[in-house]
Amino acid sequence: MGPENTVDDQPLRQGHPNHPKAMRVATVLTAIPLLIGALVAEYLTAFPNFIIAAPVALILLLVVVFLPQRRYAVRGHAMSDDRLRVVKGIMFHSDTVVPFGRVQHIDVDRGPIERYYGLATLQLYTAGSHGDVVSLPGLAHEDALEMRETIRSHIKRESL
Amino acid sequence: MTENPANAPIRPPEQPEAGELEAEAADGLPRRTDPRTFIVQALQTLPNMALPFAALAFTFRDNGRFALPVLLGLVALFLLLNTVFTFLAWWRQTYRVGESDIRLESGVLSRAARSVPYDRIQDVSLEQGFIPRLFGLTMVKFETGAGGSDEISLAYLTNEEGARLRELVRELRDEADGVPTGGAQAADAANASAQDTDATVLFAMGPRRLFVFGLFEFSLAIVAFVGAAAQQFDFLLPFDIWDVETWQRLVAGPGEQVAQLGPVGQVLGAIAAILTLLVLGLVTGIVRTFTRDWDFRLERNPKGFRRRRGMFTRTDVVMPVHRVQAVRITTGAIRHRFGWKSLKLVSLAQDAGNSSHVVAPFAKAAELTPILKVAGFPLPPRGLDWHRTTASYRVVAAVLGGAFYAILAVGAAGAAVYLGDSRYDWLWLVALALAAFAVFAAVRELFLWRVERHALSSRHLYQRRGWLAPGFAIADRVKLQSVDIVRGPLGRMFGYVTLHLGLAGGTFSLPGIPRSEADRLRGELLASMVETDFSRLVR
Repeated sequence: MGPENTVDDQPLRQGHPNHPKAMRVATVLTAIPLLIGALVAEYLTAFPNFIIAAPVALILLLVVVFLPQRRYAVRGHAMSDDRLRVVKGIMFHSDTVVPFGRVQHIDVDRGPIERYYGLATLQLYTAGSHGDVVSLPGLAHEDALEMRETIRSHIKRESL
Repeated sequence: MTENPANAPIRPPEQPEAGELEAEAADGLPRRTDPRTFIVQALQTLPNMALPFAALAFTFRDNGRFALPVLLGLVALFLLLNTVFTFLAWWRQTYRVGESDIRLESGVLSRAARSVPYDRIQDVSLEQGFIPRLFGLTMVKFETGAGGSDEISLAYLTNEEGARLRELVRELRDEADGVPTGGAQAADAANASAQDTDATVLFAMGPRRLFVFGLFEFSLAIVAFVGAAAQQFDFLLPFDIWDVETWQRLVAGPGEQVAQLGPVGQVLGAIAAILTLLVLGLVTGIVRTFTRDWDFRLERNPKGFRRRRGMFTRTDVVMPVHRVQAVRITTGAIRHRFGWKSLKLVSLAQDAGNSSHVVAPFAKAAELTPILKVAGFPLPPRGLDWHRTTASYRVVAAVLGGAFYAILAVGAAGAAVYLGDSRYDWLWLVALALAAFAVFAAVRELFLWRVERHALSSRHLYQRRGWLAPGFAIADRVKLQSVDIVRGPLGRMFGYVTLHLGLAGGTFSLPGIPRSEADRLRGELLASMVETDFSRLVR
């Protein structure tokens, strides 16, 4: 990853292997209304057959098949003993570091899809107006809980 | 999840070392909010449903004998569903008061588990709405300083339970704070008594200063306001003010006299109209400034800054010095030529919905220096290493900014050619103006590249912004919350990133810097940030 490792010398860790599957399911769920919309547009307009629906379906198929894996590959996180680093984004790349000493509270969220795949999203809230929520999806539920405990214990220790 | 009796132990016995505790074992048992909660919440959604049902009743009004039963059936169904859902939500929401944090679990389908460490809780407030009040219930809010929607609230507990929880959390929080805060408070108190005698005025504005300030606050808002009000309330007027003929009739007397004066008279009339607008704008600005900032005084008192201002509504705001997260110095393109600046403090405190406080709205640089010194944000020392953005970022910005107006200009010119009528010749003027804007937008970036810079001192991060109205922002290296390096597709192509800094109550970002510089800044800033815990920053 080149220069990115100069900040935190730790290598980035990837999320749970189930994460791309969960992302795919979520993408399918958002793709279905779009596809229906395209079919309706197809039905309503007098263009030749499938000139609207076919390209839309193709793009959605590509998005559903390839994008989750790509997004998963780009994502990563690293936790040192005083900070958490979250890297994500293909087009809009973002690389965020939150020191534990700035964490206000911690959420472990699980949507229905995440629960099915045994995943959870760890969310760190800071007092900042920009990036006040740093979320780290695609963790195994136990890992998320463990990370929460670790971060919480750091908050406790530092303020004593 | 078990329902647990009211006398369950919430605080386990003291342990020698918090770190050794297994979190699960240390926490109190999960408990639910008061059972009446779901009744209250179901009741509270009723007003929202009244309107749809009224609309439904209105549509059904002609549908004969089935209308009423169907409507009542729908209402009953909605009520049932509403009650079931609020009941489920209540059933699935639990909280527990742990050794070092409060935990909330909620959600029927999506589960959310939230943990709030005690030493992040600034205050616990109790809030009673009208319906909860009838039931003797209260909402407990934990204020963490995260601001806005991220605050944690427990709805609803009985009044006694709420008060008990507040006391308990305050107690536990003070315990979690430990000795150092107590020491700091003692030191604060000592400082307070020492400084009580000399509450110095840092900045004040008399009528003369306000008058000059008012001139720069030129505003045609009143004209727009009168126009808008006229449009809103035109039904109250005895004639249609948007009808040209009405006006012609109304001014027939004096209007004819003007017309008789010929072109000279018309030009004079136009000049008079412009002068009227000018005077109106100046008077508006002066009146607004006088009412808002009358007898403006900023003092340094033991608690921090104290600002008083206002003619009719006089406000008195106290801003503790340690709550100041960053400062901003801004100015306007014209007032900058006369050396006038304004100083704002960015802070966590939310007064009147505004998170930054103007402490010197209209001052010379020399007047700002002492305020900055008190706030702990001194002007940059000499010999700092100032960095620019990358040239590529400015080129991209110039091209994008120029292209935006250029496209509009081409559009206007195209429309003029297409319409091809001398009546539409004014479109050429529009096109010309837009082309000038395009050039200005591009040239502006060139100048911005020269002047916009940032530098890092041992305690602060400085940023210089703007070209015609140069401003300045200073952030404390320690009082930042997070560091985010963002790179969009253009940034990837042309080699620049944007550094966003999490700032409580404001934003601070450095756009268009090289990745290596962003990494260097992040390393330095994080090193400063991890030295101090948040609880030290806000107390």
